[in-house]
Amino acid sequence: MTAATVDAAAPRTARFDVRRLLRYSGLAGLAMVFVAATGMLETFNNRLLIRPILSMGYLILLSAPFVMGYLVGKRTEIEGVETAPRTSADVVLAIVAGLIAGLITALFAALVDTFPGLRGTFPRMGPQMVSLLTFDRGVGIGFLILPAVAAVLGALGVAMHWLSDRLRKALGVGALTVVSTAIFESVVKDVFDWFSTLPRFLYHTAGGLSVVSAIVLFVVAAGASFFLQGRKVPGLGSLTSADTGERRRSSLIAAAVVLVLTIVLPQLLGGVLNELLTNVGLFLLMGLGLNIVVGYAGLLDLGYVAFFAVGAYTMALLTSPLSAVPFQLNWWQAFPIVLLMAALAGVFVGTPVIRMRGDYLAIVTLGFGEIVRYLFLSDWLSPFFGGAQGVRRIPGIPVGSNEIGGSDITQFVYFTLFFVAIAAYISWRLQDSRIGRAWAAMREDEDIAEAVGIDTVKAKLLAFVTGAVLASFAGALFAAKVGTVFAHSFEIIVSIIILVVVIVGGMGNIAGVAVGALVLIGVLGGPNQPGLLQEFGEYKLLVYGALLIFMMLQKPEGLLPSARRARELHQEEYLQDAWLDKEGRFVGQEQEA
Amino acid sequence: MTATTAEAATRVRKSFRPSWVDLFLWAIRIGAIVIIAWGLIGSILNFAAGRGLSATQWRDLIVAALSQGAMYGLLALGYSMVYGVLGFINFAHGEVFMSGAMVGFIAANWLFDAGIWAANPILSLFIVLVVAMLTSTLVAILVERVAYRKLRGAPRLIPLITSIGVSFFLQYTFAALFGVAVRSYPQVPESFRGALNIGGFRIAWSSVLVIVVAILSMIGLWYFVTRTKSGQAMRAVAEDKEIAALMGIDVDRTIVTVFAVGGAMAGVAALMWAILFRGVNFFTGFLPGIKAFTSAVLGGIGNLVGAMGGGVLLGLFEGVGPLLILGGLGIPGVSQLKDVVAFTALVLVLVFRPSGIFGERLGSEDRV
Repeated sequence: MTAATVDAAAPRTARFDVRRLLRYSGLAGLAMVFVAATGMLETFNNRLLIRPILSMGYLILLSAPFVMGYLVGKRTEIEGVETAPRTSADVVLAIVAGLIAGLITALFAALVDTFPGLRGTFPRMGPQMVSLLTFDRGVGIGFLILPAVAAVLGALGVAMHWLSDRLRKALGVGALTVVSTAIFESVVKDVFDWFSTLPRFLYHTAGGLSVVSAIVLFVVAAGASFFLQGRKVPGLGSLTSADTGERRRSSLIAAAVVLVLTIVLPQLLGGVLNELLTNVGLFLLMGLGLNIVVGYAGLLDLGYVAFFAVGAYTMALLTSPLSAVPFQLNWWQAFPIVLLMAALAGVFVGTPVIRMRGDYLAIVTLGFGEIVRYLFLSDWLSPFFGGAQGVRRIPGIPVGSNEIGGSDITQFVYFTLFFVAIAAYISWRLQDSRIGRAWAAMREDEDIAEAVGIDTVKAKLLAFVTGAVLASFAGALFAAKVGTVFAHSFEIIVSIIILVVVIVGGMGNIAGVAVGALVLIGVLGGPNQPGLLQEFGEYKLLVYGALLIFMMLQKPEGLLPSARRARELHQEEYLQDAWLDKEGRFVGQEQEA
Repeated sequence: MTATTAEAATRVRKSFRPSWVDLFLWAIRIGAIVIIAWGLIGSILNFAAGRGLSATQWRDLIVAALSQGAMYGLLALGYSMVYGVLGFINFAHGEVFMSGAMVGFIAANWLFDAGIWAANPILSLFIVLVVAMLTSTLVAILVERVAYRKLRGAPRLIPLITSIGVSFFLQYTFAALFGVAVRSYPQVPESFRGALNIGGFRIAWSSVLVIVVAILSMIGLWYFVTRTKSGQAMRAVAEDKEIAALMGIDVDRTIVTVFAVGGAMAGVAALMWAILFRGVNFFTGFLPGIKAFTSAVLGGIGNLVGAMGGGVLLGLFEGVGPLLILGGLGIPGVSQLKDVVAFTALVLVLVFRPSGIFGERLGSEDRV
């Protein structure tokens, strides 16, 4: 980085950097080969975003050279000093790099084409992949198309930096609108059931946006963004603003909007989408619980699914007529017992780990999660928990004379959302309460927290117990919804996905967790539940892993960060920047002189 | 006089009054000891009455457990070294091991098809070993470069969470590339299938091979760490990064060495897995990874001899424990509870002796 800073001072000559070229083209090429070799291109090709020209597969494949071009032209400001200015060399570099990346991918396709035996080991590398990479133009000339397209996209990517900020943003909004309208096709169709002209205009009969509607959408969204920019629109954008008053106001508006939506939306949606909404709600409940443990108290719990399992199994045992428990309660009667059991589980897991170092705590909670699952699964305890069969015939939630279970999903959504609201309220009230402040202090520095008189043992246990109770809400609802509880639903991956939801959304922030759950569980899907992009199925966990890495490297505070958490994570940068003023001069200088 | 002494005594007793957390921990400790003792006595009584396994079966069980423990030990070295130097749990180390086993499988399969596997078994195993070691080393170095290097000095949970992400990313990348089916290594050549007779003990060749390889790699590692320049640099960086840098040690390069050596050991472990279990798929690395971490903690993290010892001990716990202790308690279906025993061992180690059996060796920043 220092070299680049020095360059800034040097005479501005366009220089062509071969090492940069190799790095960018290599990375973009690798990304494209990865997308093809893992079979993403092939799988997602069935999902057409804009019929007939753009599929999800090609969108993913071709975003690589575009992003690469964008990064080539991007200038970062480090410690107030901008690195070397944009020159025409960047454009050349982006084009050549795109070309090389395309060639690498074409070479890979040629390789797969010549060695059909590869398919024995790598099931994805077959003729289908080659024909997609050559755009169905045959093996010879087809290999040249991809490099050309990649070069053009690289050029487009770098060209973005020559547009004004406003125009660039508008184009981004337009593209995002088109893509998300295509992804949310089923939601839009469901919601506008009463006004079917709109979906009929937007979507092709066979699925996917039509070309005309995509263009119209893009122009409308980009135009709206272009002309509205700069004007104050109260909305989600200001949720992250530093001004507490503004933040509060926009939170209230957002909360009101969400409230209205939650009341109206389930009525408009069909069964499949309400199912999806319920899953989002269940994961949001767990996310809120884990948010208290990880986000507020800073205890990394990797076995959080254990509490969900305890809640679900307790509810199942108490309500199912087939269970080993001699008496049978209804959902409401069993609910307090479920909470109690979860709280006890919280104490039981929490106490042994209280004195442990943070990372040991993580791995031990993971161990607890697995122990719980294996015990539920074992033959030894199968007289109680049913072993691999699980506990069956769990009744729904009795309301009046009827029982609401998974088959009455439209009503069930309201229950889920009701408990989400309770959990959100609890989280919100706890955040700035005495114990919430104790958690924050403990998270930042445990020794100092103890020194100022915070009972860290009590604080940690309370975090575990509150988290466990919120997870048991989800467990109790889950049992009533699915009707059968078995150990397979409580694998470690559930804990990890909840963690990703919390981290991607924004640790320590309720709205952040909600956004995380909506985006991840809603679009990608949960561990065993499909999301809107059902095609993602087998790549879901790959994407979750990649997201986790990306967020930790680029934005550890999440999409909608809590202000305090963001400050903690970037403390070092703040301290560094404090030395320099806006022009990058050393602040201490004048005083010393 | 007596009154004041008594008063002082109460005061002292009061200040040492254990909190209820201590009481809880003591309850766990005592409960664990009672259960283990009960199970042992039950097993001994069973054995005396001629029920359950025979002496030969017990011995075979122990030998199998030892060889599996040796594998855990080699994996544990990777966790231990990274924790000692960088202070975080490299959750993805199990996947480094898995990648070696998967790519090693391709090599083995190719050798089998070419007929070399049957004609020249020693050479084939050696080639598989080299391929597995190279792959694991490469993956470990890549992971360090891409994911961890930027995170030095970040709060310690951040690299841990990142490594979880890396772990899942690698798992499902391999699942997507190779498919999810379990692939089996070709059968170990004829000459290794028999058993070796050492002073009346019959020990399976494969176990002997695994244990010998483990001992050889341990000696190699010991020589590297204590007798070479790079090994010295590693120890210095583990002790104190800043001062090591002041002494002219290239810290970045040394950390890469740490990951490379850990990866190479994981590659050796991958070969052992191939000999012991044969079947590999994308999920192969996950449980062995967590168990190897348990071994590292058991032996005392940062301590290389401890990692190996911890691995062997955990192998014994897990291999013999379910039958010996749970079987003695009369619990049915104990083989299902193997992993429960391993995880319980982890919890108990951290409750009884968080610094491990052989004592931990951590850098200045991580010592508590």
